[in-house]
Amino acid sequence: MAEAVLSIRELVVEIPTRHAVLRPVDRVSFDIAPGEILGVVGESGAGKSMTGNAVIGLLDRPAHIASGEILLNGTRIDNLTKDRLRRVRGKQIGMVFQDPLTSLNPLLPIGEQIAETILEHLPVSRAEAESRAVAALEEVGIPAAAARIGSYPHEFSGGMRQRVVIALALCAEPALVIADEPTTALDVSVQAQIIALLKQLCRERGTAVMLVTHDMGVIAEAVDRVAVMYAGRLAEIGAVRDVLTRPAHPYTTGLMASTPLASKGLKRLNQIPGAMPPLSRLPEGCAFHPRCPQAAERCRKEPGPTLAAGGGRAACWFAREPVA
Amino acid sequence: MESQLSRAWQSDFMWSFRRSPTAVVSFFVVLVLVLGAVFAPLVAPHNPFDPSSLNLMNGFSKPMQPNAFTGDAFWLGTDDQGRDVFSTILYGMRISLFVGFCAVLFAMVLGVTLGLIAGYSGGTVGTVIMRIADVQLTFPAILVAMLIFGIAKGFTPVHLRDQMAIWVLIFAIGLSDWVQFARVVRGATLVERKKDYVQAASLNGRKAVGIMLRHILPNVLGPVLVIATISLALAIIAEATLSFLGVGAPPTQPSLGTLIRIGQGFLFSGEWWILFFPAVTLLVLALSVNLLGDWLRDVLNPRLR
Repeated sequence: MAEAVLSIRELVVEIPTRHAVLRPVDRVSFDIAPGEILGVVGESGAGKSMTGNAVIGLLDRPAHIASGEILLNGTRIDNLTKDRLRRVRGKQIGMVFQDPLTSLNPLLPIGEQIAETILEHLPVSRAEAESRAVAALEEVGIPAAAARIGSYPHEFSGGMRQRVVIALALCAEPALVIADEPTTALDVSVQAQIIALLKQLCRERGTAVMLVTHDMGVIAEAVDRVAVMYAGRLAEIGAVRDVLTRPAHPYTTGLMASTPLASKGLKRLNQIPGAMPPLSRLPEGCAFHPRCPQAAERCRKEPGPTLAAGGGRAACWFAREPVA
Repeated sequence: MESQLSRAWQSDFMWSFRRSPTAVVSFFVVLVLVLGAVFAPLVAPHNPFDPSSLNLMNGFSKPMQPNAFTGDAFWLGTDDQGRDVFSTILYGMRISLFVGFCAVLFAMVLGVTLGLIAGYSGGTVGTVIMRIADVQLTFPAILVAMLIFGIAKGFTPVHLRDQMAIWVLIFAIGLSDWVQFARVVRGATLVERKKDYVQAASLNGRKAVGIMLRHILPNVLGPVLVIATISLALAIIAEATLSFLGVGAPPTQPSLGTLIRIGQGFLFSGEWWILFFPAVTLLVLALSVNLLGDWLRDVLNPRLR
């Protein structure tokens, strides 16, 4: 495996509150290789977006990185000064947000926004940047791109706008793209197109992608590996086929069982009993044990094993051994 | 060009303008008054400040009536010096409008800048700025303006005082009015700052100043425009009040407020027109600008559409 584009090591994000210090991200480690798409799934509040925000340095006070390392192409970026960080991450990380409505400046033509970003990061002339902006829009499938660079975001539909956002994220040739639920705000009919587009473009360029979502369909379709998060911790990580077909962590098993599939027929939807505990009231031991069908005495006392990058697959004492 | 003009005419903005009689009427009233003020030397029958064009015998002429001694008739009458009231109003409006525009411009630049900084950087800097604004709001604006005017005047060299009076006035009124701008801009910035495109721009390596100017400022200008218009009316009135109280425009450069102060002395001796016409002009001017501002607020507020 080539050297990882993004390496996260034992990342801990903490939010100090009046009563306790909350840990929305707790000792999370993983790698993303060039050209690889890593899906991060979990319920709301599981720490998916927090992890993404920690990587791009957009944690809002009082949340902060308490310990751990984030390496981008081998360079630590979690402890850089604001100024250095700005130079490093802007060039190397692209971002696709959930809502294409708010991720473009409503008062600037789209071509202008893309050209500006290119100028910011690549040593090209104004004219060159503009022609690259057209090329970038063509690449994401905007019809008549050259005629539309002067259009404003409100003149595009949601799906088209998200294409523009993808063009914007990729135009500075970043090494890593973080896509935070890029299809959640879109019509079902265009979700698949957008995911396919993102996948294709990143494959072609060898861009690593961290795809945050809670849509199992998106995961199955697009990603190479999946990281499942639960209550701030990594529950399971592995190749997408393994995780989806032979989940090792009981939480993943439950998650898969509760995903409706047309082929299963219209049976009653399975669900995992209970709800994810709030961070302020995490149970002792493994955070999942109150909802876990396999919970044993050990789970009530000891938190599950912490997953190291490249190490085990599931953070469970009773994980089914992955088939090699 | 033609098509651009017709496109502008067809825009929603112009459509709602054409549909509002209040807006159309007040716009044209303001237009006429502004043009009259700007081209006062061409429009006015006399230059009221050129002693050679005055005839003391014409003093206290009644409006629309020939003077008993000279037979000259003046539309709006004359004052004690024989100055044509209509001309003094045109010249006075120049001062009033100039002070109003400049004061609002100054307040706007100051308020928008501080509001952007307070909203975008937040933290201690933002808190300090907004607390200063809150403190200033506890005083009536006119009092603040008087205070600043007095202090600033104290700092200007004596021989420059009359020349500088107008600029000191602009400074005082502008400084008393920045809070509105700062508050609104701060609020809008807080909303805008959280939007993804701003986050993306900051992720992209843009400096804070660049983000504020390029991305946030254009998106918060709508409400600023509304406040600027309403502030213009307030600034004109504030100027008139200060001048009426005798701390504003000097008698050598009388504004509408100065004219009212002068006219006030003749009110009870029967020469009502010296006071009345400048006062009516001030009223019409402030009212029209205000109505225009109200209409603008309604148009630019999507919730009221």
